[in-house]
Amino acid sequence: MANTYVLIASNTLSSSAASVTFSSIPNTYTDLVLRTSARSTRSGIDDGFAVVLSSNTNTIYSHTSINGTGTAVQSDYNYNMSNFYAGHIFGINGNTTTSSTFSSGEFYIPMYASSNKKQLSFVGANETNATAVQIGAAALFWNSTSAITSISLSSLFGGDLMSGSSFFLYGIKNS
Amino acid sequence: MDKVIVDCSTGEQTVVPLTAEEIAELEAAAAQAEQDRLAAEAEAATKAAARQALLDKLGITQEEAALLLS
Repeated sequence: MANTYVLIASNTLSSSAASVTFSSIPNTYTDLVLRTSARSTRSGIDDGFAVVLSSNTNTIYSHTSINGTGTAVQSDYNYNMSNFYAGHIFGINGNTTTSSTFSSGEFYIPMYASSNKKQLSFVGANETNATAVQIGAAALFWNSTSAITSISLSSLFGGDLMSGSSFFLYGIKNS
Repeated sequence: MDKVIVDCSTGEQTVVPLTAEEIAELEAAAAQAEQDRLAAEAEAATKAAARQALLDKLGITQEEAALLLS
């Protein structure tokens, strides 16, 4: 059971950016948690995160996810990709959602510095004043035994992350 | 297009223009994601249509079908 929760670094975008990267992540924690609040310039209601770990774009990323609006559900999976689909159509508000609204999301990254292959999770909810908006959860597998030293986030569908989007990276120790 | 880099060892934050190679990578990844999204939506629509066709054939509603399986 984790008994510490330390803010390693954070960023709130003051202008739009194609990606946000946390680099030189210290290996002194047991797990990582990355909290997100994001909106993209994508024309549409929904967007998701494309995630690259340790600048590695080899085809070692797999995911499966389930998402829904309350009236419809959808699942999907992709494997051996060059990045994660962390929320295929959830996790980031698209730019046709209600103005000044942002999604909420959380990555949990256990044993990020170990020499084992890595399993991660992501849960996210978009936000808009409408009857239907996507929420979902994804299980992510990184087929690498390397420690995770950086995390890069961008819009899955090529939009920019908008000003006001914020990202908080926490370290957790088990002792 | 810029990228923001937050150095966790120093706390320093820098804004760096993307290289042409990075832009090409992002565009390729976005195109692939869009293609995958359309495929997933088409699959979901096909399943939904097949489900509704079966319900129509049986003459029951989705709620009644769920009741049968509960």
